[in-house]
Amino acid sequence: MNLSQTILGVQFENPTVLASGIMGVTAGSWRLVASHGAGGITTKSLWLKEHKGHPNPTIISTEHWTLNAVGVPDAGPEKAREEISDFLQDKPVPLIANIIAESVENFAKTAESILPLHPDFIEVNISCPNVEDEFGKPFACSAPDAAAVTKAVKKVSKGTPVFIKLSPNVDSIAKIAEACAKAGADGFTVINTVGPGMAIDLRSRMPILANKVGGLSGPGIKPIAVKCIADVYAATGGRLPIIGTGGVYTGEDAIELMLAGASLIGIGTALGDRGLDVFKHVCDEIQMWCTNEGVDNVADLIGGMHKVLAGVKSEKLIVKNDRKNSPKRRS
Amino acid sequence: MTAIQLQSRLPRTYRIKAIKQETEMVRTFTFDGSLGAKPGQFVMVWMPGVDEVPMSVAEDDGAVTRITFFAVGDMTNEFAKLQVGDLAGLRGPFGTHYEWEPGQHIVLVAGGYGAAPMYFVAKETVGHGCTLEVIIGARSKEHLLFLKEMEALPHVSLHLATNDGSAGYKGFNVDILEKLLSSCPRPTKSQRGSSTREEKCLPIDQVFGCGPEMMLKRISEMCGKYEVPAQLSMERYMKCGYGLCGNCVIDPLGIRMCEEGPVVKNEVLLKLKEFGEYHRDDLGKKHRFDEKK
Repeated sequence: MNLSQTILGVQFENPTVLASGIMGVTAGSWRLVASHGAGGITTKSLWLKEHKGHPNPTIISTEHWTLNAVGVPDAGPEKAREEISDFLQDKPVPLIANIIAESVENFAKTAESILPLHPDFIEVNISCPNVEDEFGKPFACSAPDAAAVTKAVKKVSKGTPVFIKLSPNVDSIAKIAEACAKAGADGFTVINTVGPGMAIDLRSRMPILANKVGGLSGPGIKPIAVKCIADVYAATGGRLPIIGTGGVYTGEDAIELMLAGASLIGIGTALGDRGLDVFKHVCDEIQMWCTNEGVDNVADLIGGMHKVLAGVKSEKLIVKNDRKNSPKRRS
Repeated sequence: MTAIQLQSRLPRTYRIKAIKQETEMVRTFTFDGSLGAKPGQFVMVWMPGVDEVPMSVAEDDGAVTRITFFAVGDMTNEFAKLQVGDLAGLRGPFGTHYEWEPGQHIVLVAGGYGAAPMYFVAKETVGHGCTLEVIIGARSKEHLLFLKEMEALPHVSLHLATNDGSAGYKGFNVDILEKLLSSCPRPTKSQRGSSTREEKCLPIDQVFGCGPEMMLKRISEMCGKYEVPAQLSMERYMKCGYGLCGNCVIDPLGIRMCEEGPVVKNEVLLKLKEFGEYHRDDLGKKHRFDEKK
């Protein structure tokens, strides 16, 4: 059973990718994550200049949810260059550089500062819900704004694929995706955190996060991720690759996001619960499921739901399932 | 006693039950409840509206939790103003803890407020039949911590060091460690298990350390030289506390001090080029330990 794929010319040994903002500060930690089975690495969001985050508490969670308002801290381009160059010396897996800015112009400038380091993809974070006090509504909440950022980054990207990271906290993610696709986006990362949400300490009656509100992640957001991925896939006719991110803990979660339209699977919050080996576990579980179901290539799963809904009878899925008398046979 | 019903990753606030002024700058807060912390583990201590910082647990006896802290930063200066009955949030315990075998002969090296978690270790280890050499160091006599508490424990030989000589040995606590390590070396491999060797002294099985990083670095080098296992407690900027954010990772291995630390075995520390050289701030920017503030 084959877990590898080539996406926009980049070879990924398996579909799991470290999501942005998790274990993403140093080259050493990226290598550690890669050694535990991640198929790719995404950096923490990189700014054009040093950017302060929020005070602690910045990350809190229960078994049901995680709220974070780290506030996108970054030491600036010199540190980014040092860490990325260090990682690319031996580059165990592809590297996705995630960039962020407060203006359309600076998105382009940040991309320009990072591109000479030759990341495999640029991921454009237009959807962070934790810096609204500082910068207002994310660009991902307006189709014209999202398109303007896409266009500006594409103008300088010189062939490096540009993925736009979308927000679930919008009326129509499909419209935003369409606008970005028209502006030249090469792919999407779907979704950023949900909400934002809030948690209050009962005795002090204070919000726990220093930023008061934070992006929601964890197992409960998976259905939102699945729906958003399905919407973006449908809106773009499945032509653009999607890095599906949101609530993935197991191989079956990953497969569900792939059936909705994702090619790669971002894993973040689950790392806190299943440890660094979450990447290896998810890959093993995908492999086991696919082997049982007679799926030879993980890529055959991508957009599977849309194909079934459109009445395309996937011979691979249905014929083999018949032969094996699978109880999960679809009608 | 009320057991703290705690989901370990969400802070809950507790009222301060007792406050003890240890020295001019150091206080111990007692919280009514146990988090189940082991010696060497830390908790994230939240002061609503101010900040949340990692602190070593100074004691958790199954009934109360004690935190000893030095009022040196923005958060701890505010924290020191709290009174009995005021609220503080606790989240944890997180990270690795010191590990020992019953009956071992262990040297504890404490620098500054590192004496607090070392007292927790001492109390637990003597309960397991260990014998201890406890070396406490500070700038001067009035900054030495937990002397009376350590003295009250059985099977503890207490050694003091002050920079100005106002109590005990004049110099660094690590100088005393070197004397202990060199005066009673561990038996070589061929001597181990042999009954012919005359036991004039009790060889040291392990060294535990907590304190400033340059002190830890000296302990690490010394224990490497004398081939004595060591476990040392590292301090880095923490955010989540449970291995997610990656702010407390150490070069070049990228291991997280909240998960694979804070108590790290010396064989791992010897692989960390960052150890004793630099640390990273909340932005991930490097700061050398010798840089001027």
